[in-house]
Amino acid sequence: MSISDDDVKKIAHLARLHISDEQVPGYANNLSSIFELVEQMQSVDTEGVEPMAHPLDIVQRLRVDEVGETDQRDKYQAIAPQTEAGLYLVPKVIE
Amino acid sequence: MSWETVIGLEIHAQLATQSKIFSASSTAYGAEPNKQASVIDLGMPGVLPVLNEKAVAMAVKFGLAIDAEIAPRSVFARKNYFYPDLPKGYQISQFELPIVGLGKLEIELESGDTKVIGVTRAHLEEDAGKSLHEDFDGMTGIDLNRAGTPLLEIVSEPEMANAKEAVAYMKKIHSLVKYLGICDGNMQEGSFRCDANVSVRPKGQEEFGTRAEIKNINSFRFVERAINHEVNRQIDLIEDGGTVVQETRLYDPDRDETRSMRSKEEANDYRYFPDPDLLPVEITQDFLSQMRQKLPELPEQKKQRFIEQYSLSDYDASALTSNRATAEYFEEAIKLESTDPKLTANWVMGELSAALNEHNLDIEASPVSAELFATLVKRIEDQTVSGKLAKEVFEFMWQGEGDADTIIEKRGLKQITDTGALEEVISTILKENPDQVEQFKAGNDKIIGFFVGKVMQQTKGKANPVQVNELLQKLLQA
Amino acid sequence: MLHNKSITELSAGLAAGEYSSAELTKQYLQRIDQHADLNCYITVDQEGALHQAAEADKLIASGGAGPLTGVPLAHKDIFLTEGLRTTCGSRMLENFIAPYDATVVTNIKQAGMVTLGKANMDEFAMGSSNENSYFGSVLNPWNIKMVPGGSSGGSAAAVAAGLAPIATATDTGGSIRQPAALCGLTGMKPTYGRVSRWGMVAFASSLDQAGPMAQSAEDCALLMNTISGFDAKDSTCMDRPVDDYHANLNDSLEGLRVGLPREYFSDELDPAMRKVVDDALKVYEGLGAQLIEIDLPNTHLSIPVYYIVAPAECSSNLSRFDGVRYGYRCDDPKDLDDLYSRSRGEGFGAEVTRRIMIGTYALSSGYYDAYYLKAQQLRRLIKEDFEKAFEQVDVIMGPTSPDVAFPIGAKADDPVDMYLSDIYTISANLAGLPAMSLPVEQVNQLPAGLQLIGNYWSEARMLNIAHQFQQKTAWHQQKPVGFFEGGS
Repeated sequence: MSISDDDVKKIAHLARLHISDEQVPGYANNLSSIFELVEQMQSVDTEGVEPMAHPLDIVQRLRVDEVGETDQRDKYQAIAPQTEAGLYLVPKVIE
Repeated sequence: MSWETVIGLEIHAQLATQSKIFSASSTAYGAEPNKQASVIDLGMPGVLPVLNEKAVAMAVKFGLAIDAEIAPRSVFARKNYFYPDLPKGYQISQFELPIVGLGKLEIELESGDTKVIGVTRAHLEEDAGKSLHEDFDGMTGIDLNRAGTPLLEIVSEPEMANAKEAVAYMKKIHSLVKYLGICDGNMQEGSFRCDANVSVRPKGQEEFGTRAEIKNINSFRFVERAINHEVNRQIDLIEDGGTVVQETRLYDPDRDETRSMRSKEEANDYRYFPDPDLLPVEITQDFLSQMRQKLPELPEQKKQRFIEQYSLSDYDASALTSNRATAEYFEEAIKLESTDPKLTANWVMGELSAALNEHNLDIEASPVSAELFATLVKRIEDQTVSGKLAKEVFEFMWQGEGDADTIIEKRGLKQITDTGALEEVISTILKENPDQVEQFKAGNDKIIGFFVGKVMQQTKGKANPVQVNELLQKLLQA
Repeated sequence: MLHNKSITELSAGLAAGEYSSAELTKQYLQRIDQHADLNCYITVDQEGALHQAAEADKLIASGGAGPLTGVPLAHKDIFLTEGLRTTCGSRMLENFIAPYDATVVTNIKQAGMVTLGKANMDEFAMGSSNENSYFGSVLNPWNIKMVPGGSSGGSAAAVAAGLAPIATATDTGGSIRQPAALCGLTGMKPTYGRVSRWGMVAFASSLDQAGPMAQSAEDCALLMNTISGFDAKDSTCMDRPVDDYHANLNDSLEGLRVGLPREYFSDELDPAMRKVVDDALKVYEGLGAQLIEIDLPNTHLSIPVYYIVAPAECSSNLSRFDGVRYGYRCDDPKDLDDLYSRSRGEGFGAEVTRRIMIGTYALSSGYYDAYYLKAQQLRRLIKEDFEKAFEQVDVIMGPTSPDVAFPIGAKADDPVDMYLSDIYTISANLAGLPAMSLPVEQVNQLPAGLQLIGNYWSEARMLNIAHQFQQKTAWHQQKPVGFFEGGS
C-alpha cells in the first residue's frame, strides 16, 4: 500500500492538519511504510468473525434523567482563546 | 411529459428529557449562552458520555407506537466532521444499528382514503450547538447550550407522492410524539423540524431521480411550500435540458424559494465508526414489556374507543383525537358534569376551537379550563341557557368571569322557564297583535314564527324557544 | 535519606511519626530541582504539594489518616488536575489549566496523597521513548544517553531516580510496562474497565487504562487499592467489587500454571534477553510454578491491528482540539478552515499528526472495511487466543520489551521500527487483559522486564505472583548510580 503526496494532502485536509509542502513527501513515506506493515492483516481470513469494538462484553449502563449541572460558564471560558458576551468566537462562518 | 414526485422526510424530534442525552446539563430552552454547557457538552479533554435512560425509553415508546422492530442491541457511532457548533469534532449518533427499525404509519389523504407510509428507522443522537452570525467584529459566536440535547431522528421511506402527503405524514408524527409525551412539538423553538428529500421522475419510470435535500424546515406550511417549490424547480430544470444535482438546499420562507447551500465538501466523508466510549445498548424483553405497559392510548385506539364508548361519529372522534390534549379536555369535561358526549363534542369543536384559533392558542393554554367548560355544557343541556345565550356565557367565561352559573346569575342570562311568566308575556303579545292572531286562525301556520320572534325580543332571548312554541300553540288555540 | 524508600516503608514511617509529610515532600521537591536535567516533570507544584503535605500531617496527627496519607506522588501529565496545568506533553495544551479533576486524581486526593507535579510523557501518550514530548526528551537515570521508554517516560524516570516514590501512568499499548522495564520498575496495567478513564485525556478509548508505576509489586498493590473501582461517569468502567490487592500478596504459588507463548520465545528474541527471562522463570519454578508452553497464534497481527485501531480512535478523539474552546489557537486565522488547520498543525507534533492521518485514512470511505473492520475482526481472534490459553494456565509470562533502553535518537526517524518495540505489550490492550512488568536481571547494565499477562480481573493474583518473585530476588531494589548515594 503506497500513500501518494496527493493522498497525504487529502487526508491532512480531512483531519484539518496544516502540513507544509516540504513535509508532504516525508509523511507520504512514513504512512506508506506503516500501511505496508498493516497489510499483513489481509493474509488472514476473517469471514464470519464478529468485529470487536470493546475489550469487555458488557452493555451500556443508563443514567437517571436528572439535571446535576450548574452554570460554570465563567470558569470554563477562562481558558478559552476568545469569547464575547458568553459566546465562543470563531472566524465568520459562511453558510 | 408528466412527472411523478418522490418525497422522503427526516424528522428531528427533540426528546422531552430534563437533562441532555450524555450529560446532566439542563435541556431547558432559552438560557443565556453557554450557561447550560457542561464539560461534557463543551468536549473538554477527558470527558466521557453516559447515556440518559429516559431518552432510550422514549425512543422505544416511539418504536412501539409505529409497530417497529426494536433492536435488542443498538450501537452509537461517531459521525466525524469539523464545525464550530460541534465541540468534539464528531456527533454521537447511530449508524449501522439504530434503536428503532422498520415501522409504519397510516396517514389520511384529502380524498378521505388512507395510505401507509413506511418508517425506515429512528435513531438517537445528540444535537449540535448554535452559531450566531450577528456581528462580533466580523466573527461568529458559538452557543453550546443546545449541544447534547437528545434527538430522535425519524427517517421515512421515500413513499410520499406530493407535498400534501408529506404534510399529512409530518402532522401525524407530530401528533404521535406529543401523544407519547416524548417531544413538546414546539416548532418555533426547533423541537420538531424536518429535512425533506425531494426528487422527480417521469411517470412510469422505475428508478428514482436525483434528489435534493431541503434542510431544517420548521413549520407545516413551509414544508408544503418548500416541497412544491422544489418540485417545480426540478421539473423546470429538467425540461430546460438541465440535470438535478444531489445537494443540500435551504428553504427561504421570505422569498419562497430554495437555494443551494455550499455543496457539502469532500463528499461527506463522515468516517462513522462505533463510539468506543459507549457500549452497545441492550433492550431486554423485560424493558420492552414495561414500556408497552407505559404506552399511552394511541390516537387510533382512542378514536375507536370514542366511537364505541361515546357513540360519536367517525368524523367527530377523529377530530377530537387528532391531538392528545383535545381528547383529554373533552374527556375531562364530560366526566366532570356527566354531560352528553355529542353535545360536549360539538361545543369543543365549535365554540372552543374557534376561539382558540382566533387567539392562536393551543388547547393547553385555553383560558377556559375543561372544568369551567363543563359547567357551561351542563347548563346548555338542562336548558338553563339557550344555545344563543350559551355563546355569550362562553364569551364571558373566556374573559375570566368564572363558571357558568356565576356568569348566568351575574349577567342575568338565565332562560325563563317559569310557565306563568311566559304565558303572561305571550298573552300580552297576542292582545297587541290581533291581525296576526286572525291570520293564524285562518290557517297561516307560519305566522307562529312572528310571535316567537316577538317573545324572544321581549325576553331578550332568555325564553326557551321550544317552550315558547308549545305555549303559543296552546294559547292561540284556546 | 528517605527517597530510597518504598511507599510501603513511607506509609509506616509517616504513621510512626518518624518524619512528617512536609519533610518528605520538601526532600522530594528539592531532589526534583536538583535533577531537573532528567526532565521528568513538566510542571512541579511546589506550593500545592507543601499545602497538601501540611494537611496530610494534620490528618495523621488527628488519627484520621489512611495508609497512603502524606505519601507524595507524581501524576502523568495526562490526568486532569483542577487548577494545575495539564499539558499531555503537547504544545496544544501548553497553557491548559484543567477545570476539573480526573477520577484517579480525586481518589488519590481523598487518600491524602501529595501531588508533587505532573510527569513528562510522549505527546498525547503516543510513543515508546518519550522523545515525542513538546517539553523535550526525558533522560533514563540508568544511562542518561538512553531513552526511559514511553509514553509514561517521565513517570518511570522520576520513580527510578527517586524524584517521586511512586507515580500514576497510563497504558494504551505498553506505555506503563515498557518504561517500567526500561527503568527497572514494577508497573501494572489493570483490566480494561478497572480504573476510571474520566478526566484522563483520551488517546484510544477502547485501549487506554491507568495504573501505577512503582518500585515494587507491593507498592503497586497499595496504589491499585486507591485508584481502582467503579465510576458512574465512565460507561466503560466496570461495576464490580474491588479486591484488596494487598491482602493476598503472600499466598503460595505452589501449583501455579505459567504459560509461555511459543511466539514470545522465537528465534528472533535476543539471546541475552532470553537468558534473563529464562532465569526469572526458574525462580518461579522454585516457587512451585509449573511452566507450560502455549500458543498465541495471532501474536504477529497485534501490531498491525493496533496501528489501525489506536490511530482510528485517536483521529476522532483529538478532533476536539480545534482552537475554539481551549488550547492552542494559531495567530490571525484568515478563516475558519485556517483556524482549524493551523491551530492543529502547529499545536500537534509529528507523531501525533502521523497517527491522526493513519486513523483518518483507515476510517475514510472506501478503506473502512479493509482496515478498520478487518482490524476489529482480528482483534477478536487475538482475544480468543488468550481465552483459550487461560483455560490451561493462570498467568502468561515473557519479556516485556524485545530490547533494553536504546539511545536517544536511535529510532526517531523510523516510526515503524519504534512501533515494533511494542510487540509483546500490545495484545494485552487489544484483549483488555491486566498485565505487569517487573524487573529481572539486567542486560548490558540496563534494566530488563518480565511481563505477566493475567486473566480478566485477576490483578490480586498477579500482584501476589509478582510479589513472591520479589521476595526471592532483589532486582527491583537495584538503583541507578548517581541518585541514591550519600545524604540526600
